Amino acid sequence: MTERPILNPRERMALPRTEMPARGAGVRARDFQEVNLGFSQVLAAAEAERCLQCRNPKCIDGCPVRVNIPRFIELVAEGDLRGAATSLLDDNALPCVTGRVCPQETQCEGVCLRGKKGDPVAIGALERYVADWAAAHADELPHATPAPSGRRVAIVGSGPAGLTAAGELVKTGHDVTIYEAFHAAGGVLLYGIPEFRLPKDIVQQEVDRLRSDGVHLEVDAIIGRTWTLPELRAQYDAIFLAVGAGLPVFMNVPGENLKGVYSANEYLTRVNLMGAFREDAETPVLKGRRVAVVGGGNVAMDAVRTARRFGADEAMIVYRRGHDELPARREEVHHAEEEGIRFELLTAPLEVLGDEHGWVRGLRCQRMSLGEPDASGRRSPQPIPGSEFVLDCEEVVVAIGTRANPLLTHSMPGLTLNQWGYIVVDDEGMTSIPGIFAGGDIVRGSATVILAMGDGKRAAHAIERYFERVEALAATA
Amino acid sequence: MFPIVDRAVLSPTVARLTIQAPRIAQIRQPGQFVIVRRGPGAERIPLTIADGDAAAGTITLVIQAVGKSTSDLVEMQTGEALTDVAGPLGRATELIESGHAVCVGGGVGTAVVHPIAEGLHARGVRVTSVIGGRSREWVIFEDELRRHGEVIACTDDGSYGRPGFVTEALKDLLDAGDVDCVYAVGPVPMMRAVERLTRERDVPTVVSLNPVMVDGTGMCGGCRVTVGGETRYACVDGPEFDAHEVDFAELADRLGTYRDFEQAAMTRRGPCQLAPQLAEAGSSR
Repeated sequence: MTERPILNPRERMALPRTEMPARGAGVRARDFQEVNLGFSQVLAAAEAERCLQCRNPKCIDGCPVRVNIPRFIELVAEGDLRGAATSLLDDNALPCVTGRVCPQETQCEGVCLRGKKGDPVAIGALERYVADWAAAHADELPHATPAPSGRRVAIVGSGPAGLTAAGELVKTGHDVTIYEAFHAAGGVLLYGIPEFRLPKDIVQQEVDRLRSDGVHLEVDAIIGRTWTLPELRAQYDAIFLAVGAGLPVFMNVPGENLKGVYSANEYLTRVNLMGAFREDAETPVLKGRRVAVVGGGNVAMDAVRTARRFGADEAMIVYRRGHDELPARREEVHHAEEEGIRFELLTAPLEVLGDEHGWVRGLRCQRMSLGEPDASGRRSPQPIPGSEFVLDCEEVVVAIGTRANPLLTHSMPGLTLNQWGYIVVDDEGMTSIPGIFAGGDIVRGSATVILAMGDGKRAAHAIERYFERVEALAATA
Repeated sequence: MFPIVDRAVLSPTVARLTIQAPRIAQIRQPGQFVIVRRGPGAERIPLTIADGDAAAGTITLVIQAVGKSTSDLVEMQTGEALTDVAGPLGRATELIESGHAVCVGGGVGTAVVHPIAEGLHARGVRVTSVIGGRSREWVIFEDELRRHGEVIACTDDGSYGRPGFVTEALKDLLDAGDVDCVYAVGPVPMMRAVERLTRERDVPTVVSLNPVMVDGTGMCGGCRVTVGGETRYACVDGPEFDAHEVDFAELADRLGTYRDFEQAAMTRRGPCQLAPQLAEAGSSR
């Protein structure tokens, strides 16, 4: 342990933010290895010193899973990584993931007091550092084995919401089984987020840790087909539905069924889950020289940067609003720009054009201008008359969102859905059916990993309270 | 893991695998499919269930080697196991309640039409199966289908059964005039030819489509087909559709998306080794 300098507040405020090292854009845009390199111990300790240890820390409120951020940072500053890891894992079931994919700028770092005058503490980078240390030193961390509660909980879906809920529920001794439709666990962490942003080994580590804690995993199990929800309900004391949104949204323009048009779901699943980024992969994926990705969110950035890594000379974002309106995490936009991604902003597709053999040859688009803010508060794009043009490309990836998949929800009569097919829940995350809870994208629509994790944690606690109510009721009966 | 408990070579590139998958065997319905993965790193392959035995906990898949992944599958042996069999997926066949149905099977599609014939027979529908292949060795599932009604086997080269295409035999049946519904599964050109025949005579026709697919639950949208002018997903809205509404040209075209990849993978792999095994099995068939 290194000697810790004693700093006065002025000295502390003078410390500049430590930026996390990243691989050079020229090199990384040609392979699928992780872009960010993470802090070294020296960098982490230096950055940890910048935390002011606020009496009323806003960062905790800014975190959807309420990680006790000042505490783990304090322990990093003290050089107590074991303590920091224990504290972090207590609050967050998937810190290796959130340290990499959270939009910290709008959450913890967005409300960090230091951000009012200068740069906020690099909380995300510190979280990633501590989480990676914990994964590498799993044997040194305390491992509690709670007494069995005698209650069984089924979790449907092994994405961020499901994994988080499982992690919380095994802590109190419940017998937890996760059902996953794919052949491997992780959900969007596995099929959606690319290797260069979230290495799949890390997802596997997080899943393995939950399994070593006693969580059961049933893959190839499609609830709504292999088993119905009523069948699960008969076997479990509570159920948490975390199946994600599921269905891709297409643009509904002519030419969308031409060869070379993908949903982002299909494109990314082929690359990530099925491993098409590896040379010897069995699952094929098209590798166009010119690829247009429609959309401006994180999924669009993941898709366009993937196309670039497959050797696309022109990997383009086509987005109908402007740069400031891009919904993607700031770091992703920044990294994409560094990697030479072309941004066709204020541009809306009208038609996918094909050649005589049914392959994509271009995207007919029109330019847009931003009008007055709409109901969502965003300035709505208006077409500019006479601005039509053709963007030459051989591949189009549609990344404009997802909608609810009815496969599971339709297998349960009495489950209340909203007009878009998403599950309606109360303040505790419980559905219209007692004992069945839901969270993540099947409740929210398209959201983020960390919001899904927040739902998972909230549902786990609500399930705890539900069991207490059931017990109390049984006692009075 | 899903062990292979029985295996037979049916044609020069077609094998039948009987797989231990108790849950799927218990609840499967005609027309439904599974997605299988041979092992780590392997592709996800959608395959319509050809038969099953709920008591024994097994399902039967009939697989034609067309690319690397399917070649690897047909060469698997009894005692080996698939890492993944997910399902049953897709909607069940809409079976007619009574009358006369013709089940048309071309090549490996003959196995897919089998549970439909079985389901129809079970509810008292009269079933005539018209099945075919290029030559004798490509005609499969004749005995299985005969349990559920009359079978007319056809070969293109006349080496077995009625000479000519299945569509010619179907035309005769349609002209006889008492056909209430046609169920057709086979290569796209065959289904298209069946559709033309029945459209002229206004006979309801159901086809089972097998487009490119990844997850099988509606998530990827790769299996989108145009039916009645609308985009539908074969995995959750199908795999069976009203033949008279299907855009077959688009389906055939989209099926060619990965042709170059498949050819390259087969070149690296080397040809499927089923034909010698069939010759070895010889006349025991």
